[in-house]
Amino acid sequence: MGSQSVVVRFAGDSGDGVQLMGTQFVAATALAGNDFATFPDYPAEIRAPAGTTFGVSAYQIHLGARPITTAGDAPQVLVAFNPAALKVNLPLVASGALIVLNVDSFTSRGLAKAGYQTDPRKSGALDGYQVVEVDMTQATLDATKEFELSKSDAGRCKNFWALGLVQWMFNHDISQIQDWIAKKFAKDAKIRDANLAALRAGHAYGETAELAAAVPHVKAIEAQFPPGEYRGVRGAEALSLGLAAAGELADRKIMFCSYPITPASTLLHTLSRYGHLGVGTFQAEDEIAAVCAAIGASYGGAIGVTSSSGPGIALKTEAIGLAINTELPVVIIDSQRGGPSTGLPTKTEQSDLYQAVYGRNADAPIPVIAAATPSDCFEVAIEAVRIALRHMTPVMLLTDGYLANAAEPWLIPDVDKIPKIETNAPKPREAGQEIGSVIFNRDPESLGRPWVVPGTPGLMYRVGGLEKDLRTGNISYDAQNHQAMTNLRAAKVAAVAKFIPPQDVEHGPEQGRIAVVGWGSTFGAIYQAVRAIPERERVSHIHIRYLSPLPSNLGDLLRGFDKVLVPEMNMGQLASLLRDKLGIETVQLNKVTGQPFLIAEIVEKIREMLAPAAVRGPRKAVRGDRA
Amino acid sequence: MSAQLAAKDFASSQEVRWCPGCGDYAVLKSVTRALADVGAVPEKTVFVSGIGCAARFPYYVETYGFHTIHGRAPAIATGLKLANPELDVWVVTGDGDGLSIGGNHLMHALRRNVGFKILLFNNEVYGLTKGQYSPTSRLGTRTPSSPNGSFDSPIVPGAFAIGAGAKFIARAIDVDKDGLGSVLAAAHGFEGAAFVEIFQNCIVYNDGVYNSFTDRDKEADAQLQVKHGEPLTFGADKSKGLAFDAQSMTLKVVDARANPGAVLVHDETNRTLAGLLLALAPPEFPVALGVILRQPGQSFEKAFYANQPTNLVRKGRVADALRQTSTWTVPAR
Repeated sequence: MGSQSVVVRFAGDSGDGVQLMGTQFVAATALAGNDFATFPDYPAEIRAPAGTTFGVSAYQIHLGARPITTAGDAPQVLVAFNPAALKVNLPLVASGALIVLNVDSFTSRGLAKAGYQTDPRKSGALDGYQVVEVDMTQATLDATKEFELSKSDAGRCKNFWALGLVQWMFNHDISQIQDWIAKKFAKDAKIRDANLAALRAGHAYGETAELAAAVPHVKAIEAQFPPGEYRGVRGAEALSLGLAAAGELADRKIMFCSYPITPASTLLHTLSRYGHLGVGTFQAEDEIAAVCAAIGASYGGAIGVTSSSGPGIALKTEAIGLAINTELPVVIIDSQRGGPSTGLPTKTEQSDLYQAVYGRNADAPIPVIAAATPSDCFEVAIEAVRIALRHMTPVMLLTDGYLANAAEPWLIPDVDKIPKIETNAPKPREAGQEIGSVIFNRDPESLGRPWVVPGTPGLMYRVGGLEKDLRTGNISYDAQNHQAMTNLRAAKVAAVAKFIPPQDVEHGPEQGRIAVVGWGSTFGAIYQAVRAIPERERVSHIHIRYLSPLPSNLGDLLRGFDKVLVPEMNMGQLASLLRDKLGIETVQLNKVTGQPFLIAEIVEKIREMLAPAAVRGPRKAVRGDRA
Repeated sequence: MSAQLAAKDFASSQEVRWCPGCGDYAVLKSVTRALADVGAVPEKTVFVSGIGCAARFPYYVETYGFHTIHGRAPAIATGLKLANPELDVWVVTGDGDGLSIGGNHLMHALRRNVGFKILLFNNEVYGLTKGQYSPTSRLGTRTPSSPNGSFDSPIVPGAFAIGAGAKFIARAIDVDKDGLGSVLAAAHGFEGAAFVEIFQNCIVYNDGVYNSFTDRDKEADAQLQVKHGEPLTFGADKSKGLAFDAQSMTLKVVDARANPGAVLVHDETNRTLAGLLLALAPPEFPVALGVILRQPGQSFEKAFYANQPTNLVRKGRVADALRQTSTWTVPAR
């Protein structure tokens, strides 16, 4: 990996502009022709006390030749704006890494706030790293002196000074960032010019000899991309665009009803600018109102979508049951985060799989699908709407905090080539036919009922949460009918499997020693880990998009491997699901630290499984080293 | 379709299953009559309800109907109005459904001024769950869950509504055909959220709870039918009137004949007056009925669409939106 890609991490106070710096660095990376993946890692507090370890915000970028699928394991470059940022991030960085320190904050007070007893620059804590000490604040003040800003305003330009320096390190052109600054700060010429001056000064600083020696291996690496038009995209953007595309493909309005919650709110913000694409957004009074409004919108003929994170989805649960019972199409998006309860709002986790598949009262199945990468969110959003409209059912779409905020380059899809989304129209009512038997005349394949909306003459029907007659839709407390309706609801979700593609193998042979099975945002780490294992070991990567129902060939496919390894950012929820639905025992690799998997963690587990039986201890170690 | 529909055309074929003698029957009659009177179009009319006795209402009306979950009808109806603002939507709720489990949604529907009618059937008791006290039950109400009498203070629905920013508040008694009929017609004509509290008798669990002002021999003195532009008088021969007492900043009862100049004239656009009228309670004061507040204003759904540059009409293409950022092209090799 070393020469093929580089991992860079910016870290500072929440208010240091680290996230902004990261996104600008990414834009320049893309233009330089590199592949990339990002990981914004920020605290729950908006502005935690300056200089404290719990207020540290970080942005990690992995750039280089294709394919880059994760934000990288250990950063080789760390830019730390203060001692707290160094303290939190030092354990993550690779040995020998280049560490750029903003030294003006390394005062006795700054060190004490970070919990350092002694200055790490003098204690030996930084031995083995290449450390570049810069007084960024002073350098920024010098560069912006002519604009006569207050000291605090001038100091705020230092993220651009640092960005300029890093751009120089990676041979990136700064003209695009200059354009961006000019636009962003157009309203205040002084601030605009000061930021531009800081950027240029940082870039110029890099020219000095002392730094040039420190970064010999960090040169622009051109990636091999298939030809086409590209853009960078974050998961939340791709998901928003996917929903808008689904509305266009189905020729219906999207009504996105949501209540703000981290990390799902980005969707609400993005979609609220898509009115011209036929997307309405409703900020509801609470999570329950949000899902209910989505159901009301679907009942009225728009495509109702609601979105939240785990705790909010829990509140929506009863209403999802109503959508099941009334056979209305609703898409429920769960941007998973660490839990239970409020848990770790800004940290990622995959621990809502049980909630998605099993988490409702009574026998209440719904289809569940999950996005793998930021750009995959686009396709998955369209797929969720397609399933909801075809089968007339609520659909759960799982994403997570990592996917929502992470970015990657994206070959812009051709919307005209995506098949239209069909809606179920009612068959004409025959003379004397009960209205209900028109409304609930389900498609024999998908079991989806016609989508009849108020305003349609001659088909006024009543529907609700009470059990209804299989044929007429009238209220029914009949015992056999309830059995039949329960069977129907199960059969309808099972029918989704008839329409989805069979499970394929992402990488590796169709049969072998180990199948590494993942779902959701662990895709990138598993992808790289499996590729790091020699082909002769016959280890394959299988990524599951459709979690409920599972693809019908999945059981047979997995039984073609000696062992199945399931790495998950939870305590084994997919492992349980595979045992429950397919009777397959798996080896679990679980991590719930709020951080994505490192490639190395998965590689290590695969090697451990490939090694001969544990009784032969020494040999295991040898093999592990070799592989 | 252009033929004038009658009340019976709005009655569905479903067998009505309320207890014999329930006030809901009278309300159902008044509503179907009002639908006929205002010329409602059945396929454009939707009744949305939550859970409770009153929530059965949609099954009995020959229009579209959605019997949802407990307390959430206003939220579902809001989504429905956003999807299709042309629909004529009626929310049917009760004192438990609307003010207890669903209080939050009711509050927000009112302050947003979403364009639907909200019929709150207030019988001061939980009927469907067999007689527990409700958030409108008076102090000391003995029920299976309050054997020693309830001890939590009740809410006044109209006061709640005005506090939430409602722009239309009306009241009527279940069996008062004329009063309820005119209130329903006025609600139907209102652009935003029209809140109608209906005093409804539960013959099984709370029979006679409103007798103090609905009994024939008491109604003249205990009911005040308000009308915009007319003096606030009541009692036999309209001998009593309401005047403003500046000292206590509240209303007082005066002899309307002796002090005709002191009697207030009803102004349905005056929120302060509406607040005072809604707070009146027997035995010192009559219960105010009719349209107590009506402040025309833009409905939420109209504002929702007006807030969008294209009125939410799809004018752009996703293909273009995908390129609304910096892009770069990798040439074919």
